[in-house]
Amino acid sequence: MTMAVADNIAGTTPIKENVFGQLADAIAQTLTSQGLSVSTHFTLTVSGENSQFTRFNRARVRQTGQVDDGTLTLTVMQSERTASGTVPFIGEFDTDWPRLKTTLAELQTLVPQLPVDPFVVLPTGSATSRTVNHGEILAADAIATTLLSPVHTLDFTGIYAGGLIFRGYADSAGQRHWFESTSYSLDFSLFDAQNRAVKGTVAGNQWQQLHFLDKINQAKHQLAMMARPAKTIDRGQYRTYLAPAAVAELLHMFSWGGVGEADLQQGNSAFGLLRQGKRQLSPKFTLQENFDQANTPRFNTYGEVAPLQLPIILKGQLVNSLVSSRSAKEYKTQSNYASRREHLRAPEVLTGTVASDQVLARLERGLYLSNLHYLNWSDHPNGRVTGMTRYACFWVENGEIVAPIENLRFDESLYHCFGEGLVDLTDFQETVPTIDTYDRRGLGDSRVPGILANDFTYTL
Amino acid sequence: MFKFLSDVVTNATVSADWIGIRAVKDIARACAIRDAHPERNTQQFDQGAMVEVLAQGQFGYSATNNLSAASLAAAIVSAYEQAIAASQWAVHRFTTEVRPKATGSYVSPHRKGLGALSPAELNQILLQVCDRLKVSDKIAQTTASARSHDIETWFVSSNGSEIYQRDYLIETHFGTIAQDGPITQLRTDHGYLAQSYQGGWELFPGLDLWQRVQQVGEQALELLRADNCPDLATTLVLAPDQMMLQIHESIGHPLELDRILGDERNYAGGSFIKLEDFGSLAYGSGLMNVTFDPTVPGELASYGFDDVGTPAKREYLIRGGQLERGLGGLESQQRSHVPGVANSRASTWNRPAIDRMANINLEPGDRSFDQMIANVEHGIYMETNRSWSIDDQRHKFQFGCEYAKLIENGQLTRTLKNPNYRSITPQFWHSLSQVGDRSTWEMYGTPFCGKGEPNQLIRVGHGSPVCAFDNIEVFGGAV
Repeated sequence: MTMAVADNIAGTTPIKENVFGQLADAIAQTLTSQGLSVSTHFTLTVSGENSQFTRFNRARVRQTGQVDDGTLTLTVMQSERTASGTVPFIGEFDTDWPRLKTTLAELQTLVPQLPVDPFVVLPTGSATSRTVNHGEILAADAIATTLLSPVHTLDFTGIYAGGLIFRGYADSAGQRHWFESTSYSLDFSLFDAQNRAVKGTVAGNQWQQLHFLDKINQAKHQLAMMARPAKTIDRGQYRTYLAPAAVAELLHMFSWGGVGEADLQQGNSAFGLLRQGKRQLSPKFTLQENFDQANTPRFNTYGEVAPLQLPIILKGQLVNSLVSSRSAKEYKTQSNYASRREHLRAPEVLTGTVASDQVLARLERGLYLSNLHYLNWSDHPNGRVTGMTRYACFWVENGEIVAPIENLRFDESLYHCFGEGLVDLTDFQETVPTIDTYDRRGLGDSRVPGILANDFTYTL
Repeated sequence: MFKFLSDVVTNATVSADWIGIRAVKDIARACAIRDAHPERNTQQFDQGAMVEVLAQGQFGYSATNNLSAASLAAAIVSAYEQAIAASQWAVHRFTTEVRPKATGSYVSPHRKGLGALSPAELNQILLQVCDRLKVSDKIAQTTASARSHDIETWFVSSNGSEIYQRDYLIETHFGTIAQDGPITQLRTDHGYLAQSYQGGWELFPGLDLWQRVQQVGEQALELLRADNCPDLATTLVLAPDQMMLQIHESIGHPLELDRILGDERNYAGGSFIKLEDFGSLAYGSGLMNVTFDPTVPGELASYGFDDVGTPAKREYLIRGGQLERGLGGLESQQRSHVPGVANSRASTWNRPAIDRMANINLEPGDRSFDQMIANVEHGIYMETNRSWSIDDQRHKFQFGCEYAKLIENGQLTRTLKNPNYRSITPQFWHSLSQVGDRSTWEMYGTPFCGKGEPNQLIRVGHGSPVCAFDNIEVFGGAV
């Protein structure tokens, strides 16, 4: 097994960071030379990665490769008008600056033609930050053998994604932020001959072979339990335990027409009724943003640094929505430096009292769900969500696992499972990493406990 | 560009069986207005190259946004090393037959260029759309947006392929949320960005734009006053803007050969279809005729060649209800020995090609809309997708729509809100009882088909007539 990447990255990222700074300086100098440094404002962000992606099917390699990508986004603001332009970021000033300079000129021509944007957020403040999380992850040429040797007799499928991720911010007010992280995630499934499956994920900044092997053994143990004859569950309502990974899926819905201020104001939120006092959540349920140890930048695309912790739902009460500075301006409220999209970036659900060895006993009779799949609103204003059970899900009787279940469709309101139906939460949390790779590898994670809910509704 | 890329391939220092480069340049503009104020005005220039190398039966890839000769040469070496490192673990020993030589070009049909409408003009039109959507004080939100893409692709390979393709794309949307106390209702122009096509600015604003804007605003208000969709099993009639989603989720995805071969099981899922079903399975009723057709002019996912150079061709997937062919490119065809199509596609330069839908269309039947409704004693007619969820085998689904009408004694009567339905794919398609004629056939698209590891969003198009299904479970929202 070869550990690598960190050394290479340690040599290349200061160059990227320096070039990014030079590009921001060059924009500022250009505006100054034009006599526009007071009337024209700008922000510049960079987002990029140097990532390895290796995809597996049946303990074999399906596709393998690497992606070296980066983009710069320049936003120009003048006279209450704004526009943005995005160009590639190579990390070489002589290549990147001409494109960026052209974009600056194009935006300067475009912006005066646009309608007034009364909610444009001008850069202010003097915040700076620098976060660098390097580690040791697998070298590209070691991935297949390291991962597949221990599982070559299993039906192992999934993806390893690892390497450098970087984000940067600079603006005309002089704020500067840099975040870079060397990280990996291995998201896998094990299948048996009957096509029943269990899921496992390992992620972090340090590849730990023993941790990987432990996860595989846990998955194998769970898969063995799946070998029992499956029980068909009639549609209806059942007491249900949702393991942390399943809760994390439900938590995604809080960021999709959920706790963002703009959504609440525009009638596009599942929690409008909560804010209006027409529906309630359980006093046992507390949701907060917690950036402490979160593998994601605290700065947003306005250069603002989010508070380390921000309660959103405190003991069932909506005490804060996520308010971006743009929404703050529009709705005349206080910003809490949320992202432009006002989505949860470092969500944490606080724990309850159910110990890990008491989960089955407290469930007593009902359904144990390890994972959920393909969630969507079925009645958005009322917080109702539909989706499927997936992977290791079991029928439990007398506090013991009796049988795996055939996949079930659920259709239940968040006001129920986090409200009157919430019995308790586990006294432990799991960190569920963000593993999505649309456009580029995602950052961040959710820290969530499992939950025990009464009368969870299954429909098909 | 061809000479530059071909020289890079020719000068490669690795002893590979095959080398290919797919370079992409994407120039995009987007404008979004909300409640009469600009939300977003953006332009994007993106470019990069996907370098693919076949060595010892395994493909390796290396993608970079640095298009210098030195960077591409380094990418070839990197891709080769990726292939060699994985070759002993290859899921299949591929041969060069999955990358045959191909030459040609394709350009989207268009009458106006993408510069024909200035950002300032576009902003003014979208502002006006928002203004006209606000037909009442009960309109809580109005949105209007438009995006254009000019995407050029050059594909060259060590066995002489040279393909140039240029896609002109226009993607537009508008919609509104009406609110009356605790009740909110969404109504949009056929679903989010469903009006996505190939072409230039001749597509927008269309002649019927203002009529559609007025109707969307008024129907949002109408929904506030409407009864909930009842809970019952009845005849379900679906408009083409919901059939788009129905076809996509319960025909397109289950027929993807890479899902059936297991590649997608860890993410998007597998399929209830087995390899042996092709050529033998009755997928649905005999009224069902489904084509893979990347040759429809103006449909969002039309092209001349897929992203590994396979020439595009119309093929029947399902004919008379019988399953004939899978959605699999040359790699999946070599692995599965099932007939496939030209659908090895990548979202852009930084992702490898996998089996994707392109345009999947349901062919028209022989009934007018009025004839179809007249044949229904009791049923629900639903328009415009707003919610979608289906299991990982593409079996149990639940979909929701924005707008519905009750059908009583062969007539459309009351408006219904919160219409949803659920079913199981084979049962659903076997319950297909009426297929509308060409006059009911409409074509939509979406830029948001998600799949793959690493994840890829890709554009697909779906055309369909109005269709009726017997004895389907429908239901509404909370009262």
